[in-house]
Amino acid sequence: MSNLLAARELMAFTLAFHIVLASLGVALPAMILTANWLGLKRGDADAMRLARRWSKAMAVTFAVGAVTGTVLSFEFGLLWPHFMARFGDAFGIAFAVEGIFFFTEAIFLAIYIYGWKRLGGWAHFWSGVPMVITGIGGAFSVVTANSWMNTPQGFSLDAAGKVVETEPFKVLFNPAWVYEVPHMILAAYMVVGFLVASIYAVGMLHGRRDRLHRLGLLIPLTIACVATPIQLFVGDTAAREVAEHQPAKFAGMECIQESGPEQTEYVGGICTSDGVKASIPIPDLDSYLVGFSKNTEVTGLNDIPADERPPANTLLHLAFDAMVGIGSALLLLGVWLAWSWWRRREIPRTPWFLRAVAVSGAGAILALWCGWIVTEVGRQPWIVQGYMRTSEAVTGAQGIWFAFAAVLVLYAGLGVGAVLVLRAMSRRWRDEGDADEDLSETPYAPAS
Amino acid sequence: MTRADVAAAILWTGATLYALFGGADFGGGFWDLLAGFDERKGAAPRARIQRSLTPVWEANHVWLIFILVVLWTAFPEAFGAIMSTLYVPIALAAFGIVLRGAGFAFRKSVQRLEYRRAMGAAFALSSVLTPFFMGTVVGAIAAGNVPADGNGEAFSSWIQPLPLLTGALFVLAGAYLAAVFLVADSARAGDKEMESWFATRALAAGVAAGAVALLGLIALHGEARYVYDRLIVEGLPLVIVSILCGFGVLALLLARRRRGLRPLAAGAVVAVIWGWGVAQFPYLLPTSLRIDQAAAPSATLDSVLVVFAIAAVVVLPALGLLYWLSQRELLGE
Repeated sequence: MSNLLAARELMAFTLAFHIVLASLGVALPAMILTANWLGLKRGDADAMRLARRWSKAMAVTFAVGAVTGTVLSFEFGLLWPHFMARFGDAFGIAFAVEGIFFFTEAIFLAIYIYGWKRLGGWAHFWSGVPMVITGIGGAFSVVTANSWMNTPQGFSLDAAGKVVETEPFKVLFNPAWVYEVPHMILAAYMVVGFLVASIYAVGMLHGRRDRLHRLGLLIPLTIACVATPIQLFVGDTAAREVAEHQPAKFAGMECIQESGPEQTEYVGGICTSDGVKASIPIPDLDSYLVGFSKNTEVTGLNDIPADERPPANTLLHLAFDAMVGIGSALLLLGVWLAWSWWRRREIPRTPWFLRAVAVSGAGAILALWCGWIVTEVGRQPWIVQGYMRTSEAVTGAQGIWFAFAAVLVLYAGLGVGAVLVLRAMSRRWRDEGDADEDLSETPYAPAS
Repeated sequence: MTRADVAAAILWTGATLYALFGGADFGGGFWDLLAGFDERKGAAPRARIQRSLTPVWEANHVWLIFILVVLWTAFPEAFGAIMSTLYVPIALAAFGIVLRGAGFAFRKSVQRLEYRRAMGAAFALSSVLTPFFMGTVVGAIAAGNVPADGNGEAFSSWIQPLPLLTGALFVLAGAYLAAVFLVADSARAGDKEMESWFATRALAAGVAAGAVALLGLIALHGEARYVYDRLIVEGLPLVIVSILCGFGVLALLLARRRRGLRPLAAGAVVAVIWGWGVAQFPYLLPTSLRIDQAAAPSATLDSVLVVFAIAAVVVLPALGLLYWLSQRELLGE
């Protein structure tokens, strides 16, 4: 048990760390190229400067994301060797596809990031376009691997439980990919859009209200605000699909104890076996949301065998509510911006708008984490829904808690280091402009 | 050749490319580490290394992901067995990868000298430790210390002469490749001083790698008899090719010739890797798990082959473009 818990916590922590960087890898190229395109098309020097700065920041985040992603692929084997030994031949297919996307992204990212000086304007722009496509393709492959764990299909087992046949297309296009993949890609665009915008909002709150900051706020914020309503629609669909495919997960996240129609929607609260405490109940709403009628039957935990119920119902429920709540708040932020833009072609005047944008990045990341908690904790006790329990998959290796502690220290350094480096870069740009005399030529010499 | 054999050949191809590009990448860190405590003297080689590595270091390491993915998809049981036995050196290698990537990415962006030194040290030190632990994994597999159903000895499986020597060989082979590549890079940049600086080191690393390889052969005789016996019969042509290439590099270096240096150095390393593959055949884990026993169902193997074919059409030209731009010094900060 202790090993299982340690392995799960370690996996959760490293995934949570990586998913933020992965989102940057998926969505930041689109923001950079938008700025780059504006810069080339309109001869806009500010937009060009933003594209250049963001690509330099991306060099750092992509490097950190590449190593944390490598760690995850080690962890699949180190923490869950029995899962990989038994299902690697099905689960792995999506990763084989991902390999192509990631490799291509890494190559064009390098060409784009290091091609500013000597590649011509539009040639340089086009060298960046593959990053956008491969980012989306990579997200598809990795998330469809996860959705296969939620709705596994495309393989057959012999009497001993060994995979003897696979159907790669059924593995790749399992039922859950349709909602999980777009949900994550949109999440990446929201996280990155709000995050980048929030950095410029902070700058503007500190009185730096030049055109560069305005543009740096508007480009990512517009992209994020366009993604948000689509995301709420996709997320709503996803929840209905989960109710159908994974009733135990749905019952856990909505705290449904007894199967039946006229289910109450609980907002917040603590899940207990005799009902939800301290929540705001909305009668019949849950049944409406699942089947557009209060008579819709929803499965409760009483119909799920005790050893197949997800653990930590309160956590699941609150994570789900937090994700939906933050998503809705971000939607309102977008409405606010759209209203102001429609009325007077300007962002809202009140500092409260900038304050809201300033926290939107952190909010979007929190919502992203909550969403993954719902997906992953909600699938427990299974690693492959209905086929293999997480407890059967875990390694027998000793010292997982020790490894966890070491990873915590290492990743703390990694996170702090990345933030410090990015801040130092931004301070340098502010103080010295974008001249970028090559600091890197002599790695150990004093920096002038 | 069965599908499973083809998949194993793809795995070996990935390992070969990782050894060449990733190995040289690690080797760059090795020379950074040994460039001396005197920062004025060390500045020139470190700058050369940094210039050569910066645009390509991430692409160099994607081959590792490629190897892991092909291994767990095409040969899942072998992957599970290796991971559940050799988790100690594998976890240490993973830590090394994090330190190395972070150190390299951060050091050029921080300004305070002491931070730069710390980052540079993290990069350089992990450039040595990471390939060392990877080598112990390979050595332990060759020695037959990974049982087919996994959960082998956590420590004695790799703390043995053969795995440790293989670790050392990985480090030295990377250093050797890096030095040879950097000789060529310096020559193209017209930097005579660095050219001879790296040429001396390529010579030393080549001799050291050859010596360790010889010791490894003795350890192989003692600890991995199956592999040894095949290596000196079926693998003999490749061993000879490797030796010839190695001496060819030495001769060119001593004669101060630059043409043909890189292909010969690469040839020496490639021949060893394929010699090892031939010597292990038909085992993936000698002598407990054969390639055909470990292989995934045929549809999965087919998809690995298709993915590899697509990669050959899409990724390799793109990679070629990256190296071409980088070699023409069209990429830089």
